[in-house]
This record gives sequence, C-alpha cells and structure tokens, in this order.
Amino acid sequence: MTDLNTQAELVRRSLKRRYRKERRFRAYGIVAVGVALLALITLFSDIIGKGYTGFLKTTVTLEVNLDPELMYLDDASDKDALRMADFKAPLLAALRQELPDATTSREDTRALGGLLSGYAANELQDRVAADPSLLGTRQVMTFLAHGNVDVYNKHAGETAYSIKLTPQQQQWVDTLKANNVVNTEFNDILFVHGDSREPANAGVAGAMVGSLLTMLVTLLLSFPIGVSAAIYLEEFAPQNRLTDFIEVNINNLAAVPSIIFGLLGLAVFINLFGMPRSIPFVGGLVLTLMTLPTIIIASRAAIKSVPPSIREAAEGIGASKMQVVMHHVLPLAMPGMLTGSIIGMAQALGETAPLLLIGMVAFIVDVPDGLFDAATVLPVQIFLWAGSPELGFIERASAAIMVLLAFLISMNALAIWLRKRLERRW
Amino acid sequence: MQPANLLPLIGVLIALVFALGYGKSRALAAPLGGIRNLKSLPFYYGARAAIWCGLPALAVLAFWLGFENKIIQTLVIGGLPAELQPDSAGRASLVLSQISNVASGALPPDFVPPGIVAAADRLQGLRADSRLLMTLLVIAVAVLGGFIAWTRIAPYINAREKYEATVQRLLFACAAVAILTTVGIVFSVIFETIRFFGKVPFTEFVFGTSWSPQTAIRADQVGAEGAFGMIPLFVGTLLISAIAMLVAIPVGLLSAIYLAEYASPRARKIIKPLLELLAGVPTVVYGFFAALTVAPFISGLAAAVGLEASSESALAAGLVMGIMIIPFISSLSDDVINAVPQSLRDGSLALGATQSETMIKVIFPAALPGIMGGILLAVSRAIGETMIVVMAAGLAANLTVNPLETVTTVTVQIVTLLVGDQEFDSAKTLAAFALGMMLFIVTLALNVVALRVVRKYREHYD
Amino acid sequence: MNMHMEHPELEYGKTVGNAFSADPKFSLRDVEVYYGDTQAIKGISLDIARNEVISFIGPSGCGKSTFLRCLNRMNDSIDICSVRGRLELDGRDLYDPKQDVVELRARVGMVFQKPNPFPKSIYDNVAYGPRIHGLANRKAELDEMVENSLRKAGLWNEVKDRLDRPATGLSGGQQQRLCIARTIAVSPEVVLMDEPCSALDPIATARIEELISELSENFTIIIVTHSMQQAARVSDRTAYFHLGHLVEVNETNKVFTAPEHSLTESYITGRFG
Repeated sequence: MTDLNTQAELVRRSLKRRYRKERRFRAYGIVAVGVALLALITLFSDIIGKGYTGFLKTTVTLEVNLDPELMYLDDASDKDALRMADFKAPLLAALRQELPDATTSREDTRALGGLLSGYAANELQDRVAADPSLLGTRQVMTFLAHGNVDVYNKHAGETAYSIKLTPQQQQWVDTLKANNVVNTEFNDILFVHGDSREPANAGVAGAMVGSLLTMLVTLLLSFPIGVSAAIYLEEFAPQNRLTDFIEVNINNLAAVPSIIFGLLGLAVFINLFGMPRSIPFVGGLVLTLMTLPTIIIASRAAIKSVPPSIREAAEGIGASKMQVVMHHVLPLAMPGMLTGSIIGMAQALGETAPLLLIGMVAFIVDVPDGLFDAATVLPVQIFLWAGSPELGFIERASAAIMVLLAFLISMNALAIWLRKRLERRW
Repeated sequence: MQPANLLPLIGVLIALVFALGYGKSRALAAPLGGIRNLKSLPFYYGARAAIWCGLPALAVLAFWLGFENKIIQTLVIGGLPAELQPDSAGRASLVLSQISNVASGALPPDFVPPGIVAAADRLQGLRADSRLLMTLLVIAVAVLGGFIAWTRIAPYINAREKYEATVQRLLFACAAVAILTTVGIVFSVIFETIRFFGKVPFTEFVFGTSWSPQTAIRADQVGAEGAFGMIPLFVGTLLISAIAMLVAIPVGLLSAIYLAEYASPRARKIIKPLLELLAGVPTVVYGFFAALTVAPFISGLAAAVGLEASSESALAAGLVMGIMIIPFISSLSDDVINAVPQSLRDGSLALGATQSETMIKVIFPAALPGIMGGILLAVSRAIGETMIVVMAAGLAANLTVNPLETVTTVTVQIVTLLVGDQEFDSAKTLAAFALGMMLFIVTLALNVVALRVVRKYREHYD
Repeated sequence: MNMHMEHPELEYGKTVGNAFSADPKFSLRDVEVYYGDTQAIKGISLDIARNEVISFIGPSGCGKSTFLRCLNRMNDSIDICSVRGRLELDGRDLYDPKQDVVELRARVGMVFQKPNPFPKSIYDNVAYGPRIHGLANRKAELDEMVENSLRKAGLWNEVKDRLDRPATGLSGGQQQRLCIARTIAVSPEVVLMDEPCSALDPIATARIEELISELSENFTIIIVTHSMQQAARVSDRTAYFHLGHLVEVNETNKVFTAPEHSLTESYITGRFG
C-alpha cells in the first residue's frame, strides 16, 4: 500500500489538471446555453426587424374633385353608368394638383397612376355608389399608396430592398411626403382585410377568423374527448390487453409526425366522407386527432396527482365509483387538465403541415363566416406570404408571425397563470 | 337548418327532457313519501332520460354529416347527361368542383355547358332537401328518445346504475378514439400504397436512385413514366436530420447539464423558460427564418470563402431544425439527469470527485439509456418535420451528402405531390401516400424503441 | 414529552463527559449549522482522536447526520446550508476558502445510509477513486489497489471471479461492503459512516460491524447509528445528540452503563427515540 503522505501528495498534484478540466467542462456548458439563447435572440430580432414595418401603411391624402364631366358620369344612382365611369381621372387630376411638374404625357400619366394602390379607383367608386350626392363636390379622401411607394417610403436606402420606382416617381413621392400628402400610418388594414394580391391591401383578418373557427372545433372536440379518455384510462380501465393497446396507441400518436395526420384527413374526411376541402371544420377534426394525445397525457397526470385519500374518503361514505370521479376527482384535476389543454391548443394553433394537405392553402380574400366556409389559418397565411417574391408580402408575413406569436405567448402565459393560481400541491 | 344551429336546439331538448325526467321522478316519489323511496336520486332519472334524448340524435347527426356529401355527389354525378359523365376519378373531381362553383355563384352559369348548370341546380336542391330531412330526423329521434325514456321512469328502476354504465361506455368510446386514429392512419395510407405498387414495382421504389414524379399530362409526352426511387429522398431526409442532430445534441445536452449542475437557481429560473420559448415557436416560423435569413446568410458566407452553396442548402434547413430540437433534447435530458438518484452523486462527490468528473463518469453513463431514448424521439421528430424543409429545402432530388447542395426530403415531396389540384389515381398522388406509409413506419419504429428504452430506464430508478 | 420544545436541561454549547483529546484528528469548536433561518446544530465542541471509532447516537432529527456531513463538507452542495464555528482537521481549517474540497474528501471518505454503487462493474466501482485522483500509474498497480480494498472490505472472496459484472447485481450487504471498499481504495485518513447498516438485514449488519472493527486499526471512523447496540459493539466513544445539542460524550461503556446526563439516560433506557 502507498504511504499516506505520498497519497495525499498525488491527489494534490492532480488537482491543477482536474480543475482545468472542470473549468473547460463548465465553459462548454456556458457556450451551449449561449448558443441556444443567441439562436432565440437572432430569431426574434430577425422577425421583429423584418416585420415591424408590416404594422405601418403608406397613405395618400388627396382633395378629389368629383366632377361629373371628368368622370363621364351624370347619374350616380345608375349602376351601368357607374360601371362605365372613369374613376381614375379625378384621382390623377388631384395628384397633378399636388405635383405641378407632372405633364399630361402618357408616361407621366402612367407614372402618376403608379403611385396609388390599384384598388384606389374601386374605393372611390364604392364611395360614390354608396352616397350619390358626393358627385359634383370636392372631397378630401385618403387612399392606400401603391406597394412600390410603400416599400420606397419605409425602406429607401436599405440594401435588402430593391426600389421599383423611377427616379421621377421617387422625387414626386419625396415632394408629396414633404407636403404631408403621403403619410405613414398604423396599418389597420392588416387586421380588417383578408388576403389580397396586393401586399398593401392584404391582411390577416381572414386567417385569424379561420384560425379561430378551426380552434373552436378543435377545442369543442378534443377537450371533452381527451378528458373522458383520461378518466377512463385512469379510473375505469381494467388491466387487460385492450387497455395496454390503447395506451401504446396514445403514446405513439403523440410522436407521429403531424403531416401523417394530414394524410389521414385527406384520405378519410375528404376522400371517404366527401367533405369539402379548405374548411375549418375538417381542419378542426384533423387538429383534434393530433392534439388528443397531448391532452390525454396531461389530463392523466392531473388525475394521478389527486391523492388517493380523497377517493378513499368519498368511497368510505358510500359514493359509487362514478360519483367519486365526477364529484371529487374531476373538479380537483380540472386545473391541470385545463393547463394541458391550453398548451395542446397552442400547439394546434401553430400547426401548418396537416392543413396544407386538406387544402387550407387556397387564396381566400373573404373573411370566412362559418365552419363550412373555405378558409385559411394564420400559420398557413404566413407560409403563403413567405413564399411570395414580393417584399411587401415578406414584411406582412413577419407581422403575421408576430401576431401568431403574441397569441401563442399569451396562451402559454394563461396556462402558467392558471397552474400557479389553481393547482394545488398535495 | 345548419348543423351549427341544430346543436343548440338539441341542447335545449336535452335540458328539457332532463327537467321533465327530474320532475316526473319527484312527482312519483311524492305519494311514496319523498325521494328516499326512489331507487336513485331524481338527478339520475333526469340524466338517464337526457342521454336517451341526446345520444341517438347526435349519433344520427354525425352520421348524416359524415355521409351526406358523398351521397349527394354520387347522385349529382349519376344524374349528369351521358356526354358529361366523367371517365376517370380525376375528371369526376374536376366536374364536381365546377358544379359546386356554379352552385355557389363563384362561376357564372354562362361559362359552362347547360348540363352542368342543371346539375348545379340539382346539387342545390339535394342539399336543401338533405338539410331539411336531417333536421326533421334529428329532432324526431331526440323527441322520441326522450319520450320513451320519460315513460319508463319508475321508482323501482335503478337509474343511477344505468346512467353510470352508459357514461362509462361513453368514456371508453373516447379512449378508443386513439385506436381508431391509428387504424385510420394505417388504412388511409395502406390502400393508396397498394395501388401505387400496382403501378410502380416495389423494388424500384425502395432501391431506385432517381426521383422525378412528373408524370405526363399527355400519354405521348417525353418522360411520361416518371421515376419513383425513394433513395434520394431518404438520403436527403437523413442528411438534414443529421445536421439537425449535430446542432441539437451537443447544445441541448450541454445546456441541460449546465442548468442542472452549475447554474445558480436564479439563472436557471430565467434561462429555462427562455429555452422553452424556443420549443413553443411554430415550425412555420422556423421555416420562415431558415428560408429568408439563414439560407441567404449561408450562401453568402460560402461565397465569401470561395465555396458554392445553393440558396436552398441542406445546411440551412438542418441548422434551423437543430435549433428547433434543442429545447426538446435539453428538457428530456434534464428529466433524465434529474432521475439519477442523488445518492450516486453524493457517492462520487464523497470520494473527492469534481463536479465534472461526477457528471461525465457517473451520472452521464447512468443516464445514457434515457438520453438515447430522448435522442431517438428527437430523430423521429426531425425526420417527420415538414414546414422547415418545405420552406427552406428544395425540390430537386439530388443524391448527395454535400450539405451545401440542395436536397429534398420525404415530407417535402408529400406536400408537393398533394397540394394543389390532384387526380386520385395517378402514380404521382399515390406516391405521396406510399412515402407517407414509409414515414409512418420509420417514425413508428423509432418511437416504439425510444419509448421502451425510456420506460425501462425509468423503471430502473423508480 | 414534547420533542420540539426546548428542554430545560439543555444548555447551549454545554456537553457533559469527555469531549476533548490531547492529539485530535478533528478539532471542532462552537459548530453551528443553519438551514436558511433554522438552526440545526447548536454550538457543538468536540475532539475526535486519531484512529478511534466514535458513534453518534440520538433520536431522529437530532442533527447527528448533519454534523457528520460537515466533516467532509458534503453540505456544500445544499444552497441554503451554512456552517459556522471552527472545524479543523490536523490543525487546518476545513472551511478555509483555500482548503480544497476535492482534496479534503480524498482524505475524509464517506459511506452512506443506502448502498449506492455506481451502475458500473464491481472493478470500476472500486477503481473509480484511484482513477480520478490519478493514484495508480499502471494497470497492475490499479489491480492491486482494487484487490487490496476488496480484501479489506471482506468482499474479495465473494467477487473475485466476477469483477466485471455490474455492481448493482450484488446483494444489499455486499453492495454496502463494496461501497466501503470503494471508499478505502483512495486510502482516506477518516471514514464517515452515515447509518451504514440501516438498510441491511441482521446478518449483513453483523458482517459490516466486524469490518468496522478490522478497519479501526488503520482509519479514524465516525459512525452515525440508530442502533444503541451497534454503538455499544463497535465504538470506543459514543456521543449523544439531542435537538442539535451534543448532550454527552464519553467512553462507550460509560455512556451505556452510567450516563451522566438525564436525557442520555432516558434515551438509552428507551423512554424515547
């Protein structure tokens, strides 16, 4: 055996080397945490940096002379006359008033027209149709600027953006900005419009309503079914092969890729049952099947955490098994079940892939008004816009991501709050 | 009536029947000397009647909604004049969408043959009839069920037992949805897969090294066959998953260790939720980040050092997928590391081991099976991940392991083949289901093994 | 009596009997341990002599394990635990910031209540300490250390043919002897034992007690035990703890035959505990 003193000496001599290793190991850990946090920060700052301008819109405020002669419109209550009338002319005239250097040449006229959104004339038409007495008056009206003007207004000088306005147009926009004709405002359109072919006119309202309807179906189906399944498995299921099989199924379904649920939805709900594509109802069904395992697993954990003493107390005074469950176990487990369900719903809200397969990728302008109306959802809208070559859409996709993340973060915050507030520790 | 309006109506009926049942049982009990002379509490008589009223009605409603569309479509197609009869399933779905577009007003009637217009009218008529019939039937069933249950209320019947037995059966049915889902998945992929192998030989699919599913529109077109070899897809999937795991395993594992062993409680309290935030970000957001930020950055970086990188490189998709999986690995590792008993840690520290020696030589080997299980689950998730690769990886099925080149994955191809207009018997569409089947089998196998490993590990230390 | 009330016969920092030694291994003065705001050890002063076997006894929650864990700073890993007072090993302050905890633990080993073999082979368990401390230069040297330790722990004959088998396959008593072998493989000067037999059956317990007697020739052994019989059988001195106080410490046969303090007497005659 080695002498004690040399032994202690050996240990002492090893220390320097070992502590160096210790520090290195610790440094690896710090680097790993740093990498993860850096990724998080990069992700969020990238999206916010790209998207905050999506919450802004560029408007053009003009004093429009609704001259019947200029528009070739005598009677605004005549539908055919309205359809034939020229609503571009008063807009161009109003622009010319602000930009005296613009000539009446064909090029300049086209360049002027390119400053306003393609929907500006339609908007004017709608207003006159709604109120024929406007005809022959001068009105101060605000229109959306063209997408290119929008990009120029927000991003002039940024290398990532290519400006598609001619130098002449750029100079005009600068003048108009100086005269407060072109303004930057909060983009309310984002929250009231559906999708559009023009970025400036596109909004997430349709997708938000679509998401809401889809989530409604998912919640109404998955919560009761999930909780019931959890109650059955925890409280009533006999120890047999069928029960084992159900459990194996639930655990596996929790890890099946979401796109497989899309295949299921396509083959069963659409092809077998002939349900229409793109509707929130089918989307909700698919997401229900996908979320169920999460809710069942969370609900079972909540039921398990109710102490047996409560059950025994109720059984001791002669309550039936069902009464024990319904009167005591379920109310006590409810907070945990709610928390699990909210987290499951948050997952479903962010899900995209299965919905692509059941056709919720259609270009839909209208805000859906029912469970059986063609719709898209927020994440799919993001996917659609992200794939568009137009910069205006990328900006709006980022803005839509922020809206989606805001929903998700508030749902998770709600779940955490609920857990802190309602869950008991036994 | 719309089903959305029918549901509240059924709810009202159920409440009504409950109240009637409750009232009748009380009325029956009164002459007997109070409710103690009933076999069950009045609540259970009411509840039992309510079940009789609601359950069959809801079943009829669900059944009707499930099959209504299919039956109407068959009737409409069957009623078309001979010259408009579709010759294939693909044509049929085209004609059907034309008809429903005319019916909904999206397509002006003067654009289509008169036969289609007539069919659209017929479709409208059938839909209205169907809804009316459904409403009447559902209400009739509800009322009838409620009435029968109401007549059968008697003091000697043990309503509680019957009610509880029914509820228990309902609970079982809910649990059985899990089985139905799995069965549904298997059946939805298996039939199409079998049909696919009727058109493309199994060996070509499994061993073929070329993938180009562009079947011809016209039979005489060049390259009419298309190639369906899935090897490039699997190699692409594995390449991207491998890159993802190379990022996620070290970062996830080391940060879990750091947080469990070294970080101060305060740092842990801040950092852990931040990492969980990464897990809560939807995959479409990661896809956006990969496609619009990381991919251009990587190709720019590669160009700066004189390499050529595709703008849809496997590296970009893999890196971002790795970031997505970090919190998955770290939270699983955290669970597993915490499950290693404190006594082992104490035993090692008491011998004079440093924290890192304890971690590397005792805790990590003890936790290894659990960590392996977690990693397998993460691999299964990487293989099945769809949105990141759909948005950031390409469509070109290159057989390569160069991370700077474009590869495509199984999930990308499933989405590409199935999104948009499709015919349901072309090899192209069927191929998507065959790929889905392969994906299901592979992930299922990984999950089964992983869950078994994790469970064994848990049992070991419980 | 109410265990949680401060006993009238307990006086802060006062111990009856024979607490000090002329040539102490450990010299402990006015030791106080706090868990957050609660004081678990209340001003204990005690010397532990070289190569003696001393038992700590007392009712549960009396602080004997907490006190034991101060001696190789196993309490360090508990965030809210703080130790005050002067604790010296061979005249050097244990809690001196310059005192290296790794080095300390190599000198003061510990055996725990429940056997805690690592999920490795028997050989690797015993070789773990020498390996991390770099005590062996060659494989043969390491083999010799492992064999020696296992022999001293009285386990060699039972396991010599299956050194590469997992240690978790051994019986409870064998596992605890393996843990003792693992501890003595680094040749510590002191071995702390925290109720080493509480998870074992009587036969295994007897075997460990025998082992403690054999080890007492080379090591200073401090043993926390619940069993008065065990204290009486194995130790030279016995210390009686009560509610964080060290009430009495004396030669073992004195404590058990003629306790000086009334609380000690109540405990050993089984009036509480």
